[in-house]
Amino acid sequence: MKAINRRQAFALGGGFVMLTLMPMAADAEVTNDAAKWIEKFTSGKQPAKGKISLDLPEIAENGNTVPLSINIESPMTADSYVKEVIILADGNPNAGVATLSFTPLSGKAEASIRIRLATTQNVVAIAKMSDGSLFTEQKTVKVTIGGCGG
Amino acid sequence: MADKPRIKLPKEAAKGEVIQIKTLVSHVMESGQRKDAQGKTIPRKIINKFACEFNGKPVFACALEPAISANPYIQFDAKIDEAGTFKFSWTDDDGTVITAEEKIALKA
Repeated sequence: MKAINRRQAFALGGGFVMLTLMPMAADAEVTNDAAKWIEKFTSGKQPAKGKISLDLPEIAENGNTVPLSINIESPMTADSYVKEVIILADGNPNAGVATLSFTPLSGKAEASIRIRLATTQNVVAIAKMSDGSLFTEQKTVKVTIGGCGG
Repeated sequence: MADKPRIKLPKEAAKGEVIQIKTLVSHVMESGQRKDAQGKTIPRKIINKFACEFNGKPVFACALEPAISANPYIQFDAKIDEAGTFKFSWTDDDGTVITAEEKIALKA
């Protein structure tokens, strides 16, 4: 599904592709390794929905800097806190975006970063709690670099 | 080397308060996926790790991938139980580490 979108994107605007971060036109075989990241992070366990609020713009005019905020519901005490969160972009050449490590000293499981998105795609977050439970959330972001639709 | 990192946090906080910390460091964050005019790939050069400690204890850390924007901005929180010093560090692909320190006092 996504591969088609990407190809369509290139068909539509070869020019703007040069501006993006992706050399995908040249080596379209490069498959995104999102599944591998997820497998490694979750060790095969199925994450549950919920607890995470992922804040991203619905439409990003510039894929070079897309603001991302994440907030995970957790008391953040020594007994129960969010340990680690991975953020993945399933349409980027490399799926990995960032791995956040929290501690009870963080006070809140909340962070903001700015990320790059090569094309319209899903951004996925998976959180690992101190008790080993996993939660996930995802958002689709439309990327329109240089004003031509993606 | 890069400019001094910019860090924003309150000068003092009440005991148990959760404060917000904003950091920004100047860096190109070359993704390793762009090509130069000759068609050669520009080698990857990014900051791959950020860490924040308070009085020697880890508060927050972040492993960064090429999908992080140039001049990485990182915002997070910290719970203040005592006065002390925050230590920040950004680790570059080439091994350089940019460090910074900020002090915080307890509200009387």
